[in-house]
Amino acid sequence: MTATVELRRARATGARARTRSGRARYLLGAACITICTVMLLPLAMSVLASVKPTAEAAASPPTYLPHALSLDSYGRLWTYQQGLPTYLANSLGTALLTIAFTLLLTVPAAYALARFPIPGKEVIFVFLLLALIVPYQALLTPMFLMFARIGLTNTLVGLAILHTAIQLPFSLYIMRNSLSAVPRELEEAAVTDGASSWQVLLRVCIPSTKPAIVTVALFAFIMSWNEFLGALVMMSRGSSFTLPLILAAARTETSLGGTDWGMLQAGITISIIPCVLVYLLLQRYYVSGLMSGAVK
Amino acid sequence: MYRSRRSQLIGIAYLAPALVFVLAFTAYPLVQMTWMSFHSWSLITPAKYVGLANYRRAFADDQFWVSFAFTLKYTAIITPLLIVGGYLLALLTSESSRLRRITRTTVFIPVVIGLGVSSLLWYWLFSTDFGLVNKALTDLGLISKPVLWLGVDADRSNLAIIASVVWKVIGFGMILFVGAIQAIPREITEASLVDGASYWQRVARVVLPLTLRTVLVVTLVSVIGSLLAFDQFYIMTAGQPQNETATSVFYVYLNSFPYLKLGYGAALSIILALTILVFTVVQLLLTRRSHA
Repeated sequence: MTATVELRRARATGARARTRSGRARYLLGAACITICTVMLLPLAMSVLASVKPTAEAAASPPTYLPHALSLDSYGRLWTYQQGLPTYLANSLGTALLTIAFTLLLTVPAAYALARFPIPGKEVIFVFLLLALIVPYQALLTPMFLMFARIGLTNTLVGLAILHTAIQLPFSLYIMRNSLSAVPRELEEAAVTDGASSWQVLLRVCIPSTKPAIVTVALFAFIMSWNEFLGALVMMSRGSSFTLPLILAAARTETSLGGTDWGMLQAGITISIIPCVLVYLLLQRYYVSGLMSGAVK
Repeated sequence: MYRSRRSQLIGIAYLAPALVFVLAFTAYPLVQMTWMSFHSWSLITPAKYVGLANYRRAFADDQFWVSFAFTLKYTAIITPLLIVGGYLLALLTSESSRLRRITRTTVFIPVVIGLGVSSLLWYWLFSTDFGLVNKALTDLGLISKPVLWLGVDADRSNLAIIASVVWKVIGFGMILFVGAIQAIPREITEASLVDGASYWQRVARVVLPLTLRTVLVVTLVSVIGSLLAFDQFYIMTAGQPQNETATSVFYVYLNSFPYLKLGYGAALSIILALTILVFTVVQLLLTRRSHA
């Protein structure tokens, strides 16, 4: 009896909520659209500024929308200092090396941690996560001195090593969780068939942890492509600059005396595109990686 | 499955590369930095043991305190904006209509672009004569002459930089809050509906308490990130005016690299690392509890 009354009351409030939500829905929809606009506007403005003709890109006060379209800014960027291809190759090379190093180190290590009876395993795991508690910003000076001694400053390998050190704890954590979740029956079947541990890793474990591998590679790419301070410290020679470094340098000095704003926007646009593309394509992996990396 | 001594050795072999890597590129630099912090060293002259002199010097150094206070101020202003803003965005976008999902994806886009690059973008937007911020404010009649946003007044620079960083990272907290909100069991939300609770009552009494741990963790992650701020200040103000907007990491960078005061820079690094450690330990304790 009381249950019926309560249910009816609940339905009534539900109905009221629904009519109110009719109006609220439009307001919230408008809020969503406003928020999207605010978030996209700076990016859109930068892309639009990158296709303004040279004179318009340097105009003060600036125009909102380009009055004519031109790729001149991209042309100037293409030949700026050592040329865009050099900086793109440096950024991409470092990012790919970082992905390779990170996977080559963390996949076997996570496999060992998840499957082998190693004495002091937990202690080793915590030690491998050392970089979590020491911010890399604080370790740059000794890293720089070491790299200078062994000739790794101004090299892509050196910068990739630094980026790998930054990315290692997160990657190891993700890989270990994923490998621990692979059903042991699969491996046991392979072992019964005479597979060595190495073959088990290659044929069973790696194929069944693909999502984790994609997540690790994705985060390594985005971090390395975007990282600024480490690159600033390690790369002093212009020819080894990454994209963020050359753009930061171009913000103050150009051949004409003032900042070449159009060229800067062209560079910003080019830096942003890979990140946004990779994110939109692999959003699922990105969000799940973030959840398990940051919160759990 | 693998029990023998041999399999133990195989396991160690798989672990060895990562172990050697962390020893060489994290543990060793940490030890060397500690050693350096007790020495006076400038690369040109040989290192000389000076005990705690570098640390004492830091605490007597005005710029150290200016940088530290400025970093704290930046952190104190930006953290509530990121957490409250991120949470409101999460409440708005955690429901699964198409528009809400698109909004979630859009708000997250700036998170994946580089902080350096986004700082360059905002350096342009806030530029006095060439930036769209001044242009828009002038066209709206809010200002009569262009505002000098960056590098002239520390507080105004800080506000401009905070606006740019909020834009850049607000999606980070949002996406984690969305995850936490969506993990609340449906029965609990429905039960509060039956109780006739209004939306905000439901948020205050059900949603917020059940996602509080995530809120705390994101707050700590965000505080740590802000205390380590560098890129945005290096690019947008270069520490100007008079190093008033040089953050703690910026000051470490200045001492270690352009000034080559390696020992002093190392001592500053250690102080910074210890400050961060306090927050990291709390964060790790909070996240560990989730496994229990």
